[in-house]
Formats: sequence, structure tokens, C-alpha cells
Amino acid sequence: MRFVFKTSYYADISLFKHRAQAVWYALLLLLVLGTPLYFVATGDAYLLGEITGMLILAIAGMGLMLLTGHTGLPSLGHATFMAFGCYLNINLLGAGVPWLIAFPLSGLIAGVLGTMIALPVLRLHGVYLALATLAMSMLTSDFVVIAEPWTGGIAGAAVPDINIFGMEINRYSTPYKFYYLVLFVAILLVWFYRNLLRSPTGRSFTAIRDSEISARAMGINLTRTKAMSFFLSATAAGLAGALFGHSAGYVTNETFDLVMSITLLLMIVIGGLGFIHGAFFGAIVVGIIPVAIANGRTFLATTFDVNINVPGLESALFAFILVCFILFEPMGLYGRWLKIRTYFELFPFYRKDMFKRQKSYLKTDRVQ
Amino acid sequence: MSLLEIENVTLRFGGLVAVDNVSLKVEEGEVFALVGPNGAGKSTIFNLISRFYDPAEGHIRFDGNDLLKSTADQVPSFGVARTFQNIELFEQATVLQNLLVGRHRHRQTGMFSNIIFSPKTYREELRHRAAVEEVIDFLNLQPYRDKMIGGLPYGVRKVVELGRALAAEPKLLLLDEPASGLSVEETQDMAFWIEDIQTQMGISVMMVEHDMGLVSAVSGRVMALSDGKELATGTAAEVQSHPAVIEAYLGTGDISKTGTSRA
Ligand SMILES: Nc1ncnc2c1ncn2[C@@H]1O[C@H](COP(=O)(O)OP(=O)(O)OP(=O)(O)O)[C@@H](O)[C@H]1O
Ligand SMILES: [Mg+2]
Repeated sequence: MRFVFKTSYYADISLFKHRAQAVWYALLLLLVLGTPLYFVATGDAYLLGEITGMLILAIAGMGLMLLTGHTGLPSLGHATFMAFGCYLNINLLGAGVPWLIAFPLSGLIAGVLGTMIALPVLRLHGVYLALATLAMSMLTSDFVVIAEPWTGGIAGAAVPDINIFGMEINRYSTPYKFYYLVLFVAILLVWFYRNLLRSPTGRSFTAIRDSEISARAMGINLTRTKAMSFFLSATAAGLAGALFGHSAGYVTNETFDLVMSITLLLMIVIGGLGFIHGAFFGAIVVGIIPVAIANGRTFLATTFDVNINVPGLESALFAFILVCFILFEPMGLYGRWLKIRTYFELFPFYRKDMFKRQKSYLKTDRVQ
Repeated sequence: MSLLEIENVTLRFGGLVAVDNVSLKVEEGEVFALVGPNGAGKSTIFNLISRFYDPAEGHIRFDGNDLLKSTADQVPSFGVARTFQNIELFEQATVLQNLLVGRHRHRQTGMFSNIIFSPKTYREELRHRAAVEEVIDFLNLQPYRDKMIGGLPYGVRKVVELGRALAAEPKLLLLDEPASGLSVEETQDMAFWIEDIQTQMGISVMMVEHDMGLVSAVSGRVMALSDGKELATGTAAEVQSHPAVIEAYLGTGDISKTGTSRA
């Protein structure tokens, strides 16, 4: 059992709750920094590419987490913002803008575009906002086709390589450099995210999530604050989209489809809504499932000579896992981990109802 | 000039006249109570001051400002803070975080400064935390400081909501049934706090309350309402013995015995 004694306000503001936590995160940092060493040793960087892909998903997941997990606004259209980021990046690079400028700029413009699209629907609540963003996601593929001069339409567009002061970075020829680049972006965004949550802006987001009526009574401007959340969220998705382009090498009108939007939402629910960790846990699950299915197939085929080739098995499995989480663990994987940790920290005083939540979704329209 | 002036305000919900031509003034430094049977329109008056509703007629002025020209989220910036009848806390946040949101009207840094946690944000956070820590001490909330609202007992939530409003350092505090659902001891604490808020912090209080014991203990002037109309205004004793008030409470029992048992 651990007691945390806070002796000054600094303790509450600081990034880490206590020394031990800082040590754990330092170890984690060493681990992710050292991961490529393993692949250098084995000489096969294929799996490193998969891990990089998970990190990119986690970046997009953080964007959606901020909006859905922390501001309480659902979105089924985040693949659209990824598409904005990806195509803006391609076009800026094509126009000769250096990557170091093109990359952040495409994120920011995606953020602005996302906010402009979101403004008219921000007044909608819950399921209506979900439907509006769903419609947006369904139209994305068509718009990519219409905007052919910039997107290459159905034929698709090749994504130029990254060039930072003459250093070429390509997913296949320099997988390690690409990994470190994505890792850097992810860590930077986690730091921004943490800062946000421990400052007034982040608190106004969570206030809106928990009770719009009291948020307003505390002086929080709902429209402006939701727009801010949308901006930051779409910016992160845009950055993830640009990186996704570099990772895929080639993008078409079917790359950023509805399935991707839905996968992102599944990801953060499975990972744990309302926690930054949730985006990463979710990305790991989403990244592992296809690999696990493929391995399972090969295993069944080689050992038992059973060939399973059910189309849509992946989606069905996702859906099944999601339903299980909503039914049995609404706080997601991270919530499960928190419970286990609290159990040991408080041992033997843990109570079963410790994490019980008062369910109050959408009570926001009520005035009493 | 009074702190709060409500002048001939009328609000209708469809055919129902929830507030009917009500006028009242809250002076600086006083505790003003609104009483009346269920459905009298007391909470609706609070919601009008908070600008959740637009009155059909009338004026609402606070501290020289025309409140009807402002939106709900601008009202706190004039110095009005409130609690809700059915506790509206941020459930998935800690007590500390709830109180910090109460400080929103004093925030000075923007989104970008927050994202990089600039030195200015850092200094601002320290100020907010010092202010909130005072409220925590005042209301004896130390044991719950880092607890999630979701797991707190009802009585503590009521106090946290009061704390969140106090953290805003308002000029006027609107309390909607601060003692409903509280035990006798908790109600007594509430009475002491309201007195201290008035006398030591110099904050004016307007409260809706059914517990006439609490009302007579802390309030200077009392207004009784029924069906949206003013019945009488005066000291607690005057209002309780007013014939119109007694008649309004007929069938619901003695005015002094209503209230505490209801949710
Ligand atoms: N949003 C609304 N829409 C329609 N009618 C409403 C609304 N809010 C309140 N009313 C009605 O207006 C009247 C006054 O309600 P109000 O909540 O102000 O009563 P109150 O004096 O606070 O009563 P209580 O002691 O039960 O809290 C009631 O008849 C109520 O049903
Ligand atoms: Mg009421």
C-alpha cells in the first residue's frame, strides 16, 4: 500500500504523481527507444513497421480521445481529418515545401478545416453528432475522387519521402529513422495532451463532458470550447494522416474510409475512454488483432489442415471484442489496469464498488 | 443601487406562467431567501438570473449590468455563482478538479499557452490552487480532496457544490436548496458556513430553501412565492405568519414543517 503525501501545490501540477511513477515512465521511454535494437539484431524490420503503424494509430487515437473521451463529443468521421492531413501533406511536399514545415502545417490546416466543418453541427448532441460525422465520413471517398487534381482520385497518389535537412526518411529503406520520427511526434503530442489536462483548457473540456449545464454556469462558453477541442482533435488526426501516408507510401480514395473511422472509435473505447493511455492500449489491440488472426490461420492450416477463410472475420472479431468491453469493462483496458493497480496499492482495503460510476449520459439538456 | 434587481419579470412555459410579474432586490451583504411550495417558480428565478431562460417581460440587473444583454456563460464573469437543486457536479473528476473549474472566470491563459504549459500557465495554476485550497480548508473537504465525485456520499457532494461556487469568488451566491437531503448536523454546518460566507467573506447570498429553521437562522429578508407570484416579503417570522402564505401552504401542511423530508 502506498500513501502519496502532497506537501505543496507543485505536487498536483507536476507531470508525475510521485517519484516511482516518473521512474516507470523513464523505463518505458528507454524501452521504446531501445526497441529497434532488437530488430537490428534479428535483421528483420517488418515487425518494426507494424509497431510504427500502431504508433500512428495511437496519434490519431489521441486526437479522437480528446474529443470523445475528454470532451464527450462522439465522432465517426476522424478518418476524414486524417485524409485532410495526408493529402495536404502530399500537396505541400509536391509544391516544394520542406517537410518540417509541410507536416505541421498540414495538421494545422486539417484542424482548421475540421473546426469549420464541425461548427454547424456542434449544437447537436450525442447520437446526432455521431450521425453527422458518420455522413461526413461516408462522403470522404467521393470527395477524394472529385478532387482528383490534388488527390489522384481512384488511381491514387504516391506519397513523397520525408526529407529533413537532406536526411531522407522512407518507411522501407530507413525503417529505424521512420520509427524514431513517429515516436518523437507521439511523445510530443502526449506531452501537449498532459499539459492540456492539467490546465484550465483541459478542465473546461472535461467539464463539458460531465455537465454542460454546470459548465455554462461556471462561465464556460460551450461553442467556443467545443470548437477548440475539435480543432486540437482534428489537428492530431491530420498529423496522424500525414504520417499514415508516409507509412503507406501510396493512398487512394479507399484509404481513409468509414471502416477506419469506426476502427478509431473502437480503439479508444477498448483502450479506455477518458485516459491518454487508452489511445495506446487501443492501438496495440487494433494492431495485434489482424496479426493474431493471420497467425491463427496459418497455425490451423499447418497443424490441423483446417482452412478458415471467412471474409469479414476481422471486423466481426472487432465488433465482438467491442461489445464485450461495453458490457463488462466500460472503462476499457486501461480501466482494468487501474483496478488491478488500485487493488494492490490499497491491499487489503479494496472495495468492489470503488470504480462505480453514476451513469449520467446526456443529462446535459436538463435544467433544474 | 442594489446588487441584484429583478423588475416585473414574467416567464411562461407554454400556457404555464412559471414566474408572474415578480420584482425583488438583493442588497449587498444580505442573505435573501425565497420560499414557497413545490412548483412555485423559485428555481426558475435562479435559472432566469443564470440566463438559462429568457424572460417574456421585465429586467434583470446585476451590479449595474443589464444581465439580459449577456449569455449564460457571461453571467459568472460579473460575479454570480450558483449551485443546483439536483447537484450538477462533474462526476468523473476529483473534488479538487471540480473546485478548479469553479475558478474558470478568473482564467488568464489561452489554449496554446496551456498546451506548452508556459510559465504564465504555471503561475496561474499556482494561484488557482492556492485559492481552491482555502475553500477546501473552509469547508473541511481535505479528506475528499483527491476523491472522484462518483463515489462520494450525497451530503459531501452538496458541500463540494458549494465549494465550487465559492471558488469563483463571487459577489452573489445563488444556493438552490442547500440543505435538502442533509442530516440535522449537516444542515447546522451549512447554516454556519452561510453565516461565515456573509459576514467574513462579504458575499451576498440568495437562497431557495424549504427548511424554515435554516431560513430563519441565516436570512435577513424572505420572499414567499406561490404559482409564480409574490405572496409576501419580510423577515422570516413576518412571512411565516402572513395570511396569504399560510393559505398557500394549506393542504401541504404547516410551512415550518415542509421541506426537509423531500428529495
Ligand atoms: N423547463 C421547463 N419546462 C416546462 N415547465 C417547467 C420547466 N421548468 C420548470 N417548469 C415548471 O415551472 C414551475 C416552476 O418550477 P420551479 O422548478 O421553478 O419550481 P420550484 O419553486 O423550484 O419548486 P421546487 O420546490 O419543487 O423545486 C413548475 O410548475 C414546473 O413544472
Ligand atoms: Mg426548485
